[in-house]
Amino acid sequence: MDALIICEDIWKIYRVGDVDVQALRGLNLTIRRGEFVAIMGSSGSGKSTLMNILGCLDQPTKGQYRLNGIDVGHLQPDRLAEIRNQQIGFVFQSFNLIPRTSALENAQLPLFYRGLPLKEQKSLASAALQRVGLSGREHHSPTQLSGGQQQRVAIARALVTSPSLLLADEPTGNLDTQSSQEIMEILEGLNREGITVILVTHEIDIAAYASRQITIKDGRVLSDQATEGRSHIVSM
Amino acid sequence: MQAFLWLTIVTALRILGRNRLRAGLTMLGIVIGVGAVIAMVSIGEGAKQAVQKQIATMGTNVIMIWPTATSVGGVRGAQGGAVTLTVADAVDLKKKIPALSDTAWMKRDILQIVNGHRNDNSPVNGASPSYLSIRDWAFSTGGPFTQADMDSAALVALLGQSVVDELFDPGEEPLGSVIRIRNVPLRVIGVLSPKGQSTYGQDQDDVVIIPFTTAERKVFGTLFLGTVGWIYASTDRAEDLPDAVEQIREVLRTRHRLQHGQPDDFTIRTQVELGQVQEGTSQTLTVMLMAIASVSLLVGGIGIMNILLVSVTERTREIGVRMAVGAKRRHIMMQFLIEATTLSVVGGCMGILLGVLSAWLTTVIAGWPTIISGHTVAAAFAFSAAVGLFFGLYPANKAARLNPIEALRYE
Ligand SMILES: Nc1ncnc2c1ncn2[C@@H]1O[C@H](COP(=O)(O)OP(=O)(O)OP(=O)(O)O)[C@@H](O)[C@H]1O
Ligand SMILES: [Mg+2]
Repeated sequence: MDALIICEDIWKIYRVGDVDVQALRGLNLTIRRGEFVAIMGSSGSGKSTLMNILGCLDQPTKGQYRLNGIDVGHLQPDRLAEIRNQQIGFVFQSFNLIPRTSALENAQLPLFYRGLPLKEQKSLASAALQRVGLSGREHHSPTQLSGGQQQRVAIARALVTSPSLLLADEPTGNLDTQSSQEIMEILEGLNREGITVILVTHEIDIAAYASRQITIKDGRVLSDQATEGRSHIVSM
Repeated sequence: MQAFLWLTIVTALRILGRNRLRAGLTMLGIVIGVGAVIAMVSIGEGAKQAVQKQIATMGTNVIMIWPTATSVGGVRGAQGGAVTLTVADAVDLKKKIPALSDTAWMKRDILQIVNGHRNDNSPVNGASPSYLSIRDWAFSTGGPFTQADMDSAALVALLGQSVVDELFDPGEEPLGSVIRIRNVPLRVIGVLSPKGQSTYGQDQDDVVIIPFTTAERKVFGTLFLGTVGWIYASTDRAEDLPDAVEQIREVLRTRHRLQHGQPDDFTIRTQVELGQVQEGTSQTLTVMLMAIASVSLLVGGIGIMNILLVSVTERTREIGVRMAVGAKRRHIMMQFLIEATTLSVVGGCMGILLGVLSAWLTTVIAGWPTIISGHTVAAAFAFSAAVGLFFGLYPANKAARLNPIEALRYE
């Protein structure tokens, strides 16, 4: 079993005033390399909390999370930054591009922190933009791009480092159907190239792209089932 | 790393360029502070050099002694006023103090100098020949009078350049002509090289120098015979000056029969001390200006800190994004430090320009000498960079310590 992600009894407790909010309550989860997983569940069920932990942006209050065999629960902030930089690509619902900065420079950003030579940064970033169908838009700033295009820049930024794990928290939440489909096709393509993709969505037809659907309720896994996956249908 | 630095600087400049007005207002404190420092130092240096030049015109290792009125219990009233120093004092000093290479004496009166139909009121110095060597007077034409002239009370005179300018037509040769002072004819045997202003701002070239004996017996009148206005002494080595001053004081007090506890009836000053008085005043001025400059640099620094704190808050989400894609704490830290330093360095450069300009204007308008040294400019530059670094530290640290999740969720 080639497990990329192993979560054992993950708890995340936020303290708001005098009240403890238990966002995750003993969640267990294993995800193999190369899977395409959709995480679903009602609002407030803990999906984003889980994604942040999986993406090493946050750490569990209790429990063990191992990514690629490394227990990331006790790492220092800088070491986590390194792991995010090298192994993880993150796509957000609200794109989160750096304002007034060109598409190319946005896509370059992870390489910039990796300390690559400038030339290499630029060529890799423009290849990533090409990969998401944005060649020719390198020098557009976010405000000069449509929502779908902005999200594609964000995906280019996520994949420019060739990560082993791509996390997308409601990547199509702010997009129309047409753009949503384009984004999902890109993610699907990346998964086919071997990148493990985990995506959070509320929409059944978006989730249908994945080969495994996990439903979360009250911070625990409610159901976990393999599906046909749209890719299988397409490739038939 | 180089790519990182380069891009961060470019980014910082771009951000500043976008908020030009804000950046400009923020930099104002630094601009004024650095400008004030540059202007002040260059004016101070100019003044200092001018003073040093003036001090050098006094001669080398010179000690000046002049009589002071002892109004409190003025027992020496017999001689009247402050006329307490004598030729004998000067001669005795040289005899008794081996450290003194020479002594000279001089008395002065302001008299009308006449050349044909022209006249001019100028100081006339009756001096011993050694006065010329101690005060390092050089000659543009002719030469000094000698001990023989002194002994015979010869009717000869040396003219300062300003007197020559007043009494002679341009091109007219003063050497050999005869001038009159109190109707005494004096032959001009030398014209002194110009010395310029003294440390007191007097024109040192507005002078006629004649032998002491000539002055005493033929020109000034015989009242207070043997008394002098100034005694000059010099030492070979500058280190000997303090000791020599003490010895002079002892010898003079003994000669003047001053009791223990009675104040000196003379004042002794070395060239160095005279310079220090001047430097002292320019130093208080420098300290004051320095205080003003530091306050505006401080205010400028706080301005930078303030604007950076605003910037960190405004760009919290951006910081979150940067962290999410792998920025470490030091990356975020560096970014804001570089932004702060860019602000202060750009401000510093503008301040340097402002300072150079004001120094130049001071010279042009007020006619004060100014000196802009590379050291000053380099120091101002380094200092403004340091201000940026120092005041950027807190905001940068604040940014670097943000939690990525909270930063990303920041509205
Ligand atoms: N920083 C926080 N402080 C306090 N409580 C929090 C914090 N973040 C999340 N929570 C709480 O944790 C629970 C799970 O939140 P989470 O954002 O993971 O939900 P979600 O499943 O992503 O919801 P949605 O579908 O609306 O995005 C919620 O009850 C939420 O109020
Ligand atoms: Mg969510």
